[in-house]
Amino acid sequence: MSQSFDEITAQLKRRHRKSARLKWMSMGALILAATFLVVFIGDMLVKGLPAFQQAQIQVEVSYTEQSMQIPPAAVSDEARSLVSRGYLRLIPGRMRDNPELMGTTRMEWVLADSEVDQYLKGHYTRLSESHKRAVDRLKEAGRAELKFNTRFFTSGDSKMPELAGIASAAVGTVLTLIVTMAVCFPIGVMTAVYLEEFAPDNRLTQIIEININNLAAVPSILFGLLGLAIYINFFGVPRSTPLVGGLTLALMTLPVIIIATRTALRSVPDTIRQAAFGVGCSRWQVVRDHVLPLSLPGIMTGSIIGLAQAMGETAPLIIIGMVAFIPDVSTSFSNAATVMPAQIFTWAGEPERAFTEKTAGGILVLLAVLISLNACAVWMRKKFERRW
Amino acid sequence: MNQQTAQIDAHSAPNHERSPGQPVNHNEDANHALSIRVRDLNLWYGNNQALKNINIDIYQKNVTALIGPSGCGKSTFLRCLNRMNDLIRSVRVQGLVEMDGRDVNDAKMDEVALRRRVGMVFQKPNPFPKSIYENIAYAPRMHDLVSRKAEQDELVEQALRDAGLWNEVKDKLQEPGTSLSGGQQQRLCIARAIAVKPDVILMDEPTSALDPISTATIEDLMDKLKKQFTIITVTHNMQQAARVADYTAFFHLGEMIEYNDTRMMFSNPHTKKAEDYITGRYG
Repeated sequence: MSQSFDEITAQLKRRHRKSARLKWMSMGALILAATFLVVFIGDMLVKGLPAFQQAQIQVEVSYTEQSMQIPPAAVSDEARSLVSRGYLRLIPGRMRDNPELMGTTRMEWVLADSEVDQYLKGHYTRLSESHKRAVDRLKEAGRAELKFNTRFFTSGDSKMPELAGIASAAVGTVLTLIVTMAVCFPIGVMTAVYLEEFAPDNRLTQIIEININNLAAVPSILFGLLGLAIYINFFGVPRSTPLVGGLTLALMTLPVIIIATRTALRSVPDTIRQAAFGVGCSRWQVVRDHVLPLSLPGIMTGSIIGLAQAMGETAPLIIIGMVAFIPDVSTSFSNAATVMPAQIFTWAGEPERAFTEKTAGGILVLLAVLISLNACAVWMRKKFERRW
Repeated sequence: MNQQTAQIDAHSAPNHERSPGQPVNHNEDANHALSIRVRDLNLWYGNNQALKNINIDIYQKNVTALIGPSGCGKSTFLRCLNRMNDLIRSVRVQGLVEMDGRDVNDAKMDEVALRRRVGMVFQKPNPFPKSIYENIAYAPRMHDLVSRKAEQDELVEQALRDAGLWNEVKDKLQEPGTSLSGGQQQRLCIARAIAVKPDVILMDEPTSALDPISTATIEDLMDKLKKQFTIITVTHNMQQAARVADYTAFFHLGEMIEYNDTRMMFSNPHTKKAEDYITGRYG
């Protein structure tokens, strides 16, 4: 006894309602997630973009013997509390480097105090009423304005927000990641090649495999403890340096690279291996000439993702002392350094109001680098992807 | 054993005194120089015996076809001849596969050296994802068969000519091998195999993934190539075996049931099982 179309349609109604409900729920989840993302990025942009601008004021600077001894004397009493103290401290150095300045008085654009900066940006400030009026007067005369903050990208950390920059952390990140990649890319790829192409399938390799997979899920702070115990305490690698930071992050990135490489190797069809064996390749030639070139895009993508992960990591670096106050841009692997997320972490803990925007600005820089790294990974996969 | 004897008696008697491994009837037109001698070859996948006491003499510069129903061990046997089974971890091989007076399963035999003399063409065309030129030039360069660029160009051209592909690809040697059609890809794979100048070419169902016209091209090619090479081919297609092969071996459940001159095999098979298979009663 078969059913009529009307009967079947009546039954289907409930099913259709259910699928419509599920569709709306999943759409809702997507919208919610997108909203979170927009709010997060928007908030970071609103808070962080002002960090890329810094207030400067035009004042008279007199380069005299006195200002060589007592730098604040170089500017007038009125301007003294509006000018960055950090900037004033740099005056004797500049006079030593440029002897022709001695005895001259010039109108110059100088870095303003962070309170002035905050006042000009319309944020909360501790500036007194008379100082506010002074800034207003300067502004009306066109002698106080917000200019692009090159210092943020060229100098290291400082206790004075108007002087603080992300450069030392950025250089520290680059040095650390160079060490990380130099250590874990070759080791990771070779390990994966051995496990995938050479190793016999026995109990030992199975145990190794399970452990590598588990290693990828270990909380990152434990790698920091391991780095502290092994590299610093046992091998005596200097602490707080890109060297030890890179080695520690390498421990963390290694399983990611091994897993990505194994997946990439496994995706190379067996027919290619057979073809290569068939013309008389040795096992190593099969891997070097045929399997590795084909799996390289996958390996690169996995490595870049691993690198991006290592780049955003802070926890293990706290343990090995890389969350540090580093005012100078260091270009050595064995000098104390810090990394971008650690710099953001440090700034987030500073009491001055002006550091809030530095924190957000730092996050924007970090996000920009991470997004470009991931874009690079996607591009590389698209470019080298080959059909076979 | 008795049953087997009874079967033999029921059919045509052999035309000569046979030792194990020799065909029931000799192909009078064929070359009778020995290429590969297989004696008491057994092979296990784990505990599962896939080849049972195979004895066969393969003659030089002939096409020998291996036929039989799926899972009868013909491909497995083929892969014993260049030790491709080594790549499968659970495989155990016992018995003699002799080529040029050497046991290929001997510990002293380097499988790379063996595969240089015994090339292989696979079921699915599998060119390297490189240019057409590189597909051919790669192996000779690896084996130091060529030293100069001109020599290499010459060898590539010769291999492509021998494989009947030269006229179709001479203007696009730098294009990827995978851009060719299926039949062209398979001929590229044949060219790749002959470029290292092997003695024997193993073909594992070389036309099963191809259309009828490409299949005919490959069959013609096999006929030409047997002047230079010993060809052993596995096929599911009995007409193909009848068309191209000088000798045909029939495998069933891991045993070699009959090895005979192809014409005799298809006109007057010596065993009941072979006759049943050829007449389409099973398989």
